[in-house]
Amino acid sequence: MPTPNTPIWEVFIRSRNGLAHKHVGSLHAADATLALQAARDLYTRRGEGLSIWVVPTASITASDPQDREMLFEPTASKPYRHPTFYEIPDEVGHM
Amino acid sequence: MYTQALNQQPESAPREADNAEAAARFQARIDAEERIEANDWMPEAYRRTLTRQISQHAHSEIVGMLPEGNWITRAPSLRRKAALLAKVQDECGHGLYLYAAAETLGTSREELVDQLLSGRAKYSSIFNYPTLTWADMGAIGWLVDGAAIMNQIPLCRCSYGPYARAMIRVCKEESFHQRQGYEIMLTLCRGNAEQKAMAQDALNRFWWPCLMMFGPPDTQSQHSDMSMRWKIKRFSNDELRQKFINATVPQAEILGLTLPDPELKQIDGVWHHGPIDWDEFHRVIAGGGPCNRERLAARRRAHDEGAWVREAAAAFAAKRAPKNQTEKQAA
Amino acid sequence: MPAASPLLRYVLRRADDALILGHRLSEWCGHAPMMEEDMALANMGLDLLGQARALYTYAGEVEGVGRNEDDFAYRRIERDYENLLLTEQPNGDFAHTMLRQFLYAAFAYPYWQAMMTSPDATLAAIAAKSEKEMAYHLRHSAEWMLRLGDGTAESHRRLAAALEILWPTTGELFTTDEGEQALIAQAIATDPESVRPQWTATVTQTLTQATIEIPAKAWMHTGGRQGRHSEAFGHLLTELQYVQRLIPNATW
Repeated sequence: MPTPNTPIWEVFIRSRNGLAHKHVGSLHAADATLALQAARDLYTRRGEGLSIWVVPTASITASDPQDREMLFEPTASKPYRHPTFYEIPDEVGHM
Repeated sequence: MYTQALNQQPESAPREADNAEAAARFQARIDAEERIEANDWMPEAYRRTLTRQISQHAHSEIVGMLPEGNWITRAPSLRRKAALLAKVQDECGHGLYLYAAAETLGTSREELVDQLLSGRAKYSSIFNYPTLTWADMGAIGWLVDGAAIMNQIPLCRCSYGPYARAMIRVCKEESFHQRQGYEIMLTLCRGNAEQKAMAQDALNRFWWPCLMMFGPPDTQSQHSDMSMRWKIKRFSNDELRQKFINATVPQAEILGLTLPDPELKQIDGVWHHGPIDWDEFHRVIAGGGPCNRERLAARRRAHDEGAWVREAAAAFAAKRAPKNQTEKQAA
Repeated sequence: MPAASPLLRYVLRRADDALILGHRLSEWCGHAPMMEEDMALANMGLDLLGQARALYTYAGEVEGVGRNEDDFAYRRIERDYENLLLTEQPNGDFAHTMLRQFLYAAFAYPYWQAMMTSPDATLAAIAAKSEKEMAYHLRHSAEWMLRLGDGTAESHRRLAAALEILWPTTGELFTTDEGEQALIAQAIATDPESVRPQWTATVTQTLTQATIEIPAKAWMHTGGRQGRHSEAFGHLLTELQYVQRLIPNATW
């Protein structure tokens, strides 16, 4: 009989105060409490974290790589969103 | 992260034969040193190759806990005991990172583990050798981890993103493993005659199996060509083996130990080794090593005896899930 | 060797608790019911080994004749170890191991918390570190109590069976002798009896929630604190001390 699947969780860790939680990997656990404890034991053995989030993998909606051009290329033609687009004389200094 | 989405991918992805253009685009991305991510289109053979390689790698970490685990309760000092327990625990962690990377390709961890337990999947041949004395902990850390690091560092640049990221984490954490082993060897070699003999004996038994860890010679390796083209592999088996020997010979000299190869000699700065017994390698891979049965039996026992615990956790989660939701709504 | 001072004996007893329980947990490595739990058991074992090392090192200072952590951990005879009987109980199945951890942590967490105010600066520092570690062991093992007790019929049965075996070793948690009473009178040591209400509350609450019935008043074993162990303990030492006994007086 094949082994039944245990839910997968994605783990996010805040390594220092002031930083955002960053995705570090995933793990298997029957429920959220066990997932949080497993994340602590698996991903913070060397003082890597101050805070942990676990999120059921199934609840993540990801963009489709096939939509990459449609989603992300239109921004390439909008240089006026960047500061270097504008010409300011040097004597104005830092702006 | 993309596991769920990926589970549907094999059906929805365009078929390779229909899509020579996609295959060419894929190869162009590889050639440009772009990383492939889990949701990206990839040739089925690339997916299969990686699933096999990453899961074998994961199995090796998990089975690899057993030979060293054999000595945790007998480690001769508290310092050694803590270091060895932490090291073997790391191997479990590395197995978990690797299973997670393999899962992004669409096969569940449970299925991969079942492949191991049923004997359909392979793992590194080195773990089918017994650990007979405390010195074996030194030899394994020094040589087996040393060989593993040689193999793993290039994998940090593997074309498949999740595998490369897992390997970066693994390599960072493993940096203490080889030093741990070498320190054990050094202490034994500076100890009394009995200890030094123990160290030499461990080296004698592990040297040749370690050289085999890099896999068959390039002339016989069946997966290498495609793996190199796909930038899963960056160096050939023989190149890595040579690097390992070159690095290890001076380390053995510092220990005052003799490598068990009378034909080993240096020509123009490169160490040439005597013939490797490839029959032994194939026999051990095929199940005929000294400990193949014990290793698989131990993993099966842990799996079978743990079934009721996993069932309990699942049953509890199922019972509590609706209740938690009502609590949240009430709050 | 002269009789150990009350402080030395007190420190060694706590060190022995940590070493022996840590050693038992380390026996699981590679064999846990799921790999995530392998990580957890090893982490708890490493915490306890760390506590043992700090305590043995302090024992060496208290004794003042140059013994180090390994002299205490590896080179004593069976009767010189004075750990609690609870800590040496064989691992059994996962329910036994987790229950043992729970029963110990439910005591050790409030105990070390109270010890943080000891005027003995070394003990207070060890207590501050151990208190956090044991708080997590308690959290983790208590979660498993709920899952095993209220999981499946089989897990319930196994946990109940484990409790029947381990319960009679819990009375010893609260025992003291004359020497320890003297340390308690000087406030150097915490009276374990003072922790009993919290231990009982934790254990009762958790196990009740786990639908496990607590045994009625039972005969309680003692002896560990006087070096009278269960038969299994000699086998544990046989493994623990093997290499040190094989080639004595070597450096490892």
